[in-house]
Amino acid sequence: MTTETKPDIDIDRSVGDFRYEMDYAFDAGIGLNEATIDYISDVKGDPDWVREFRKEGYRKFLEKPMPTHWATKDLENIVFENIRYYLSQGQVPKRTWDEVPDDIKKTFERLGIPEQERKFLAGVEAQFDSEAAYSNIKAAVGEQGVIFVGSTEGLKEHPEIFKKWFGKVIPSGDNKFSALNSAVFSGGSFIYVPPGVKVKHPLQAYFRINAQNFGQFERTLIIADEGAELTYMEGCTAPKFETATLHSAVVELVAMKGAKIQYITVQNWSSNVFNLVTKRGIAHEDAEVKWIDCNIGSRLTMKYPGVVMKGKGARGEVVSIALAGDGQHQDTGAKMIHAADNTTSNIISKSISLGSGRSTYRGMVHVPKHLKGCKNNTECDALLINSHSRTDTYPAISVRGQGNAVQHEASVSQISAEQIFYMQQRGLSEAAAMSLAVNGFVNDLVQQFPMEYSVELKRLIDLEMEGSVG
Amino acid sequence: MSISTSFPAEIATSSTLNHWPEWFRKDQQEAWEIFQSLRQPKRTDEPWRFANLKAIDLSDFHAAVPVQDAASLITRSSAHTSLAAKLIFANEVLIHNDQAGLPAGVLLLPLEEAAKNHEELFRKSFMTSEVRLGSKKFAALHRAHLRSGAFVYVPQGVVIEKPIEIWHWVEGENTTIFPHTLIVLGEGASATVIDHFVSSREERSLAIAVNDLTLGTNAKLHYVGVQDWSDKATAFHINTTEVEKQAVSTALQMNLGGAYIRGESDSHLLGEESRSVMLSINPASGTREIDQRTFQDHFAPRATSDLLYHNALADSSRTIFAGLIKVEEAAHETDAYQKVRNLMLSDEAEANSMPGLEILADNVRCTHGATSGELNEDELFYMMARGIPPKQAAQLIVRGFFGTVLERLENEDLQAHLGEILDRKLNLNV
Repeated sequence: MTTETKPDIDIDRSVGDFRYEMDYAFDAGIGLNEATIDYISDVKGDPDWVREFRKEGYRKFLEKPMPTHWATKDLENIVFENIRYYLSQGQVPKRTWDEVPDDIKKTFERLGIPEQERKFLAGVEAQFDSEAAYSNIKAAVGEQGVIFVGSTEGLKEHPEIFKKWFGKVIPSGDNKFSALNSAVFSGGSFIYVPPGVKVKHPLQAYFRINAQNFGQFERTLIIADEGAELTYMEGCTAPKFETATLHSAVVELVAMKGAKIQYITVQNWSSNVFNLVTKRGIAHEDAEVKWIDCNIGSRLTMKYPGVVMKGKGARGEVVSIALAGDGQHQDTGAKMIHAADNTTSNIISKSISLGSGRSTYRGMVHVPKHLKGCKNNTECDALLINSHSRTDTYPAISVRGQGNAVQHEASVSQISAEQIFYMQQRGLSEAAAMSLAVNGFVNDLVQQFPMEYSVELKRLIDLEMEGSVG
Repeated sequence: MSISTSFPAEIATSSTLNHWPEWFRKDQQEAWEIFQSLRQPKRTDEPWRFANLKAIDLSDFHAAVPVQDAASLITRSSAHTSLAAKLIFANEVLIHNDQAGLPAGVLLLPLEEAAKNHEELFRKSFMTSEVRLGSKKFAALHRAHLRSGAFVYVPQGVVIEKPIEIWHWVEGENTTIFPHTLIVLGEGASATVIDHFVSSREERSLAIAVNDLTLGTNAKLHYVGVQDWSDKATAFHINTTEVEKQAVSTALQMNLGGAYIRGESDSHLLGEESRSVMLSINPASGTREIDQRTFQDHFAPRATSDLLYHNALADSSRTIFAGLIKVEEAAHETDAYQKVRNLMLSDEAEANSMPGLEILADNVRCTHGATSGELNEDELFYMMARGIPPKQAAQLIVRGFFGTVLERLENEDLQAHLGEILDRKLNLNV
């Protein structure tokens, strides 16, 4: 498209862009120091080892430089001293929606969470700023021995499982933001699925930021024991504020022998949110970890879900869709660490840049020495809609030794004028034709999302495309 | 005195040994200061990711002294049988200059002479672009120490059919040389230039080589660097190519020797419908490390660039490929392609690939790919069934793997010539 189009796009956040005034019972104040951490630990009643873990994380956070030698300079616009690190109405989530305070409940009702829960979910956790307001699991699933609670409850009630894996998949010093999360984490889910249990319906977590200048730092740990299976979905929204908001989560997945974990994210933060998330899974023998990741919102997202294939025959997969509209930078990708024979990984990434949006793919595929039969396939496709859009691809692939097959392919293209012309000849408006072409571009990936999400995704893409051609 | 701690005496003192004009000597003094002010690369510097930084410690190397037996090096400098011209440098001294076959108007001169007598031409194309793929410091050292090199100027409309061959010999333990080839093609001019980089003995040495290729409108260049340093050598090969409207540059780097090789190739597609073909053939064995960084920078509409690098990794060799295609805002309808293939021949070998894309314009077609795989068992079996020993069968497959790169040269004579060099290196009977 050589024609200069004036993009007039705003992501549809009519769903998430609202806010009710709140009086918080617990507030760690503005800025971060040791006292902030002590406050969080006191309020949450942390055991000593957690308090120590937080302080260690804080030290590492201070030590680590901003990764601006490879990442965008926009990171420098985060002012850590202006952020509020902990806000809540209380630390114990309610088991029924009736008990949830009205002002919080109406937020989630407006987002449709209780309704979805009734319809197709096995369990829901709804986090409002720093703490979960609601957490419930269907009785039938609970009876199978599945644990689905918040991270605070998890570390207190199930320390024997929690401690074994917490911070092991992603050490707190992994990067500056995982260190920050380790210092101030609150909320997120702890899930344990016992051996052989296959959870039929997805478990869902919903993350909501309500307060201005707030930082949300949830921490999720999911363990699927031998032969267990689980699908987890997370969604996130925030109202649109004038000032920047920080979301920096750490998500650790552990798939034991033969287990399967599917983790689905639909990220639709408002365009003032810095979304800097570390996500990684360990797949033991014959286990499978699959990340399905869709990034539509936020100002800057930096997220590279990873899988460490630790056991023979393990499998890792990342399916990623990113949509970067005006003023947005979706910096996403995947990390695949092969650490055993016959492990396979697959990365499929599709990005769309429109208006002044920028999408970036960063990938890492690592096959160390003396491994046999490892395979990786990486495909990244990027679509550029306007002449101000930008797309980048930066993969890094290391292969040691023979007997492995690794391939990476990337392409960048635009919607062909012929396609649009063809559709217009058949009576579609230019915008409708454009929308259809974009939906066609991501369609095969959208299919991989659960039904309710794929419908929602298509709708979001349609809205996003509206007015993108002049 | 180490090359990296002392400014060359003859430049500092303006001794009679130095043939450079005064203004260039000032440039060299400046370059020396730049070299000293820049720090050594660090692991966290993106252009040095995966790099072996121990290999670029230059403290043991010293300046070159003239070779003892120039005549024998002249005898050994024979590759192509039918040439337009041949220059031979040994430890940075021009020892042979035969240009009987050159058409009128072509200039083939030692660099210092070009600087003196063709100052404007020289200034316009000598290291004018910023070295931006990591070796800025080492390029400054090159500039500060430079003593000679080849200057090729082909004026408007002149076509040189036969190749120009330039030899760069290094001799002496821990000796450093700074080879330089500067090629300027006028509008519609055409030439083929082959640089040979060779060691006189199996010695440790350092070479920081630079080539500047400048192609005017509609010009056509084939440039080949045949790098065959000793297996103990450290070498930097820094290239800049500037391609004007409808000009076609085809550059091939063959890395047949060396212990540590760092290659940087930076193509600027400046004119509409310009084209740059960037090729490399890398048989890596022993503990050789080949670290290559490339840039295909599209400034103008409808230009094309096409990169194909083939690495065959035996023993505990190691390769790094980091390539970037950048399509600047004005470069609509760009067609850019980039492919690196790693053929893993050993369990100890390591290949790192970082193919990158940065697209700021729309209506472009850019693809890149990186693959790593092993020898095809079926092909091996087929040849062994016909009585070819396994080792030779493997070599034949490797030769075929490199052959697909050679085929990209649009010059059959050059293809055949380089194929023979490759056969000898791979010990294949021809």
